[in-house]
Amino acid sequence: MLMRLKHDLTMAEAARGPGGSRVDLLVVADMVEPGARVLDVGCGDGELLRLLESRGVDGRGIELSREGVNECVAKGLAVVQGDADTDLENYPDDAFDFVILSQTLQATRQPRVVLEHMLRIGRNAIVSFPNFGHWRIRRQIAFGGHMPRTENLPYAWYETPNIHFCSIKDFRLLCQVSGAKIEEAVALNAWGRRMRLKMPWWFWNLFGEQAVFLLSRRG
Amino acid sequence: MAELGAILDIADRRREADQPHSLIVRFPANNPLRLDAGIDFGPLQIAYQTYGTLNSERSNAVLVCHALTGDQHVVNDHPLTGKPGWWETMVGPGRPIDTDRYFVICSNVVGGCMGSSGPASTDPATGLPWGLDFPVITVRDMVRAQAMLLDYLGIDSLFAVAGGSMGGMQALQWAASYPQRVFAALPIAAATRHSAQNIAFHEVGRQAVMADPDWRGGRYFAESTNPRRGLAVARMGAHITYLSDAALHRKFGRRFQDRDNPTFSFDADFQVESYLRHQGITFVERFDANSYLYLTRAMDYFDLAADYDGVVANAFLGTPTRFCVISFTSDWLFPTQESRAIVHALNAAGARVSFAEITTDKGHDAFLLDEPELFAIVSGFLDGAARARGLPPPRR
Repeated sequence: MLMRLKHDLTMAEAARGPGGSRVDLLVVADMVEPGARVLDVGCGDGELLRLLESRGVDGRGIELSREGVNECVAKGLAVVQGDADTDLENYPDDAFDFVILSQTLQATRQPRVVLEHMLRIGRNAIVSFPNFGHWRIRRQIAFGGHMPRTENLPYAWYETPNIHFCSIKDFRLLCQVSGAKIEEAVALNAWGRRMRLKMPWWFWNLFGEQAVFLLSRRG
Repeated sequence: MAELGAILDIADRRREADQPHSLIVRFPANNPLRLDAGIDFGPLQIAYQTYGTLNSERSNAVLVCHALTGDQHVVNDHPLTGKPGWWETMVGPGRPIDTDRYFVICSNVVGGCMGSSGPASTDPATGLPWGLDFPVITVRDMVRAQAMLLDYLGIDSLFAVAGGSMGGMQALQWAASYPQRVFAALPIAAATRHSAQNIAFHEVGRQAVMADPDWRGGRYFAESTNPRRGLAVARMGAHITYLSDAALHRKFGRRFQDRDNPTFSFDADFQVESYLRHQGITFVERFDANSYLYLTRAMDYFDLAADYDGVVANAFLGTPTRFCVISFTSDWLFPTQESRAIVHALNAAGARVSFAEITTDKGHDAFLLDEPELFAIVSGFLDGAARARGLPPPRR
């Protein structure tokens, strides 16, 4: 079912899969092995954790917003109020099989430190983020002359929580400097559809609206 | 008349200490409670209340641990004051700790004055109240005594242990001492150790009690006195620490009590003064002064890390217990950073932990009050734990 979903999405159902889950979350969830121990950093209202727990994953979460945390805990999820930038250092080495940062990297103060902690705490890290190299964003800056606003990134520059945007190309550089090995990478197009594999990186960087990376510790 | 009332009052409280309006279990001297002070204490009496029904698997028991001035009367009228139980908002049919689903147990802590062995109980060796001859007890001793009660009730493993403040300390101690016996733990407005500031407040309270000439070195029962003024002052001071500046301002502001102008005297001109005096007076009716000394001392001594090489996480290494830690934004007695320290230790130990901070201006006492967000979180956490434990869903 899920394999079919990945390739046969119509535009109408692109944003959400048949189970009602966001496709980018399904892509992330598919990278997690069943039965794994998972930490979801910036877990929001717990949608990904719920999806993972329904697949038998032992999931934990950290969330900055008090409303998000309280909603998660009331759903019975193991979520703590905390900040990716300051609280990851309290977790011991190798505590998890996967540490996930879903749509949160761009809102952290120190993305490199956060990524290094993720790779220390977990055997694998999964990072999904909006690709700032997408052609629509490039067009808005190049021809509009203003900071881009899209459906995924709706904030004005002066009130956005997103302070560290990066493109797919930039993220690959971060992986290099922070000792992360790229195990798998997936780009989603503007309709949340998985892009065809075997495209060159520059193509993904131009046409991928979101990216999901599965990383491991190098060496 | 006031004197006669006071004497009746003392008689009631002494009776409640020895023959309480509660279920009791007595452990003989050959089955003593081993105290941290190095004493084998016995015979031991534990007074307790239960609500709901224990299932046939004996897997739905919830131990509620009471706070410093609480007792086992969680959801029934208090035998001395006639007031409703102290946690009726949280415990009962259809409440977050649902007595239609769970078998709820609460025992008076050892050192208390509502029927479990404590300084107001009669020392069988002398026939007189123990007073200061009662051994100094710790939170761990309270938990050991509760474990003896559970053994007596035939309950191997608790579905959950929950409590606020000193009750939260007991919940943490339970998970540390008996990890295999605790499926889920809910420490609310608690800490892994009592802070220097809190020890300081307790010391002021104890000094107020001991400075009352009616305290008589702790032998006030024998001398038919009662250090009511000292204990009332202790309660007034402590009560301020349970609230918050914002809550006091919201409730009382600078409003006068039954008057329009200051009297230029030391009457209770302000509503807040009148309120505190009332808190002090009503407390004395139901609580024993020596018990107050012992229980504040037990909280002062609480320091989980001290028992585990100075590292709290060591207390929970490999724990199978799932935790839900809750704090309140305006609690300055057990502030959020104390709960966060619990969470960091549990994370370091690899425990399954949830942590929520609830926005309220009601201070430390918020755990006893009507806080819908608190109830939603406790319900959600317990529902999730019940699913994991294989307990049936609620009937309604």
